[in-house]
Amino acid sequence: MKRQFFTLLLTLACPIAFAQDLLITGANLHTQSAAGIIENTDILIKDGHIERIAPRIPTNKMIRVIDAGGRPVTPALFAGVTVSGLSEVDAVSEAVDSSYRELYTELMHPEFDVRMVYNPHSSVIPITRIEGFGFTLLAARGGDKTLSGQGGLVRFDGGYSSFEGKPVIYIQTSGRSAGSVGGSRVAHWMLLNQVFDEAMTDEELTLITPQGATALKTATDEGIFLFNADRAADIMRVLAFAEERELSAVIHGGSEAWMVAESLAAANVAVILNPLKNLPENFESLGARLDNAAILHKANVRVIFSSGETHNARKVRQLAGNAAANGLPHSAALAAISSTPAAVFGGEPRSLSQGARADLVIWSGDPLEVTTQAEHVILSGVPDTMVSRQTLLRDRYLDEATDMPRAYTKP
Amino acid sequence: MRSIFAIILSVFTTTVSASPFPSTYQPLPSSPTLITNATILTGDGRRLDEADMYISDGKVIWVGEGAVPTEGVTTIDASGKWLTPGIIDVHSHLGVYPSPGVSAHSDGNEATAPVTAEVWAEHSVWPQDPGFSRAMAGGITTLQILPGSANLFGGRSVTLKNIPQNTYQGMKFPGAPYGLKMACGENPKRVYGGRNQAPSTRMGNVAAYRASWIRAQRYIRDWQQYEQKMAKQTSGAETDSNSALAAALIKPPKRDLELETLAGVLKGEILVHMHCYRADEMMTILDMADEFGYQLGTFHHGVEAYKIADELAKNNVCGALWADWWGFKMEAYDGIQENIAIVDRPENSCAIVHSDSEEGIQRLNQEAAKAMSKGQAAGLDIPPERAIRWITSNAAKSLGIAEQTGTLAPGKMADVVIWNQNPFSVYAKAEQVFIDGAMVFDRNDQTLQPVSDFELGQLLEAAP
Repeated sequence: MKRQFFTLLLTLACPIAFAQDLLITGANLHTQSAAGIIENTDILIKDGHIERIAPRIPTNKMIRVIDAGGRPVTPALFAGVTVSGLSEVDAVSEAVDSSYRELYTELMHPEFDVRMVYNPHSSVIPITRIEGFGFTLLAARGGDKTLSGQGGLVRFDGGYSSFEGKPVIYIQTSGRSAGSVGGSRVAHWMLLNQVFDEAMTDEELTLITPQGATALKTATDEGIFLFNADRAADIMRVLAFAEERELSAVIHGGSEAWMVAESLAAANVAVILNPLKNLPENFESLGARLDNAAILHKANVRVIFSSGETHNARKVRQLAGNAAANGLPHSAALAAISSTPAAVFGGEPRSLSQGARADLVIWSGDPLEVTTQAEHVILSGVPDTMVSRQTLLRDRYLDEATDMPRAYTKP
Repeated sequence: MRSIFAIILSVFTTTVSASPFPSTYQPLPSSPTLITNATILTGDGRRLDEADMYISDGKVIWVGEGAVPTEGVTTIDASGKWLTPGIIDVHSHLGVYPSPGVSAHSDGNEATAPVTAEVWAEHSVWPQDPGFSRAMAGGITTLQILPGSANLFGGRSVTLKNIPQNTYQGMKFPGAPYGLKMACGENPKRVYGGRNQAPSTRMGNVAAYRASWIRAQRYIRDWQQYEQKMAKQTSGAETDSNSALAAALIKPPKRDLELETLAGVLKGEILVHMHCYRADEMMTILDMADEFGYQLGTFHHGVEAYKIADELAKNNVCGALWADWWGFKMEAYDGIQENIAIVDRPENSCAIVHSDSEEGIQRLNQEAAKAMSKGQAAGLDIPPERAIRWITSNAAKSLGIAEQTGTLAPGKMADVVIWNQNPFSVYAKAEQVFIDGAMVFDRNDQTLQPVSDFELGQLLEAAP
């Protein structure tokens, strides 16, 4: 039913304008594939996809040419786990759709799917996009239940239904979130076991609706379960639960993931973390450290970066830079905000090779450096205007004042 | 010899310590140190390449060229490295909202009444907050701890030297003036309006500020009248027993901690640090400062400060701002990444990068780097030697400690950071940090990396 709904949206609202052919010359191409970095190459883009990568590609008048001049070109980046298009202003509750509270059913609702109301016209999206970001993982947040709901990947190309990949169910397991379920993290596991038993068998449904049971079953078969867990002991509990229930799990938080790196690697469970976390923020993250990502990577655990922020999601690039400054190889730091999240959540590959969707960015310098700017952001082969509400505000106030109020300056 | 009348007088007179909870800060042991071949950003807008600097007795002796004693000097070769003044964060809640952030540690907002000018942040500071040592590793040598922004008048701030001590008195910056935290806009009206209590609107906010300033004016007048009467009577007290007795019977006004703080602002002794986001509200606050005759010190957060950059400079007010945080609430909706660069543009400006974050304070250099590069991309000429002022000398000015620290001028406190490279980079790390000439942090020497009591012995089984 739901899938039909999305398919309908997709056919009604194809967001991509027909793209002019595009040739990028002189790129220092970070392919995020086995090809590694290809220096000084040309990239021909046709119908929104990469047609050819070669040292010198002939051009003609019909092709728009952008010279990268030896600067780095990467896939358009991953903005982390956000509520982009679901929250205009976090503190304005009437403008936030990413969570529910005190729903009269008092049940868990894995079928609470935030993608239903994703708004591609939110000002947050161009503001994030022009900083080099092409996609995000939409989150169902908090709420007042162990199961927060579901989301999934979405591209920042302005489409109403530019979704990709698998359904992602959000689950709370931490003590911090246990307040509304009796105050103990034991309650999370008690309720999760019950709700999975109900959904997977013919037991009477007491914690979930029939639709919710279907959603949970679907996600078990083909989705991802994203567990909020920081403490090493909680992460081990997630691994045991995922194994027992045969779920694809991902850890979200993971401040102490480095302590159980080998178990994560053995279970092939990826970790979404914030590499700036190095304080014992609470008793669940006493082990937080700046080289968490480096240790996990060394143990062959896939890492993904997220700040949890939506409006300032663009800071994710700084997160990756700091991880690189603390022992993570540069290519792995870049992968953590491009190809890895795409792969883990079943999205299109973010490797820049022939046939791939042309979602890419030309940078002024090292893509992980804070002083670097995104110069061109190209999604599905279309160069972005690089205009956002913030650049317009900047341009309105950058010039010296005139006799007329600023409201007459419309950049 | 004191007369009996003077003794009577002293018994009846209220004694008020001018500085209760005094600083016990002592610089840590140091030795004369010569740092050579560094790229030096002096903090006052200058850049010196392959330059030397000499510090001794806790002070900057010279930068560039000068004499060095032949013996007893430690030399650090800083070839390829950068040297800056110690980094100053004017907006921190370390200690009052420490890690771990459990509710038992939530000591930053006395959110029980909208006017709590009587509380002092220092009485909430937990010196064992692991955040202090993390900030030190980011080059922070001085920081101001503020109460939160739930209240119109949140209470007094305290400025600390970032050395690990068991008491805040041991960290208290000697001679730094107190600040008063005030807040505009959404936070006070949300906190109190939500309880169906005043203020619930912005106009309610302003009415309550003004009512408080009026009470403070009255308080100052009451004390002035008392002191005038006393002066009149006691001038004859040594010889005239009637005058002495009369003086002893003059009752002083009742001390009021809230009004003492507000009066301190009106007398210019306490600096105002005003949490305020919107341009129109900041202009209201400047008019209010005119109405009551005080100088506004610094607007904090000011995401719309770029709309009134000229007015801020004209009024000699600092703007302590974020590089890129925006949109988390309605009054933060118009934030732009060029805010700091545009506020920095006018002559006599005072742009500051602040953190308000236990994460951001660890990398204020990166926050400044982002703001600098966005300004450059918008066509403003901001070299590193200018941008470093945002986290050194301008911050010192905001805190009223520019005479003591914030630049590498001779005679100032030797608060210094040696960076492994240009600090305006995500890869830059503070290698060594000096406070009053003492090396308090060395990235390559574990013995010079402090560990708070709270962190000691945690996760023993998980140690790498």
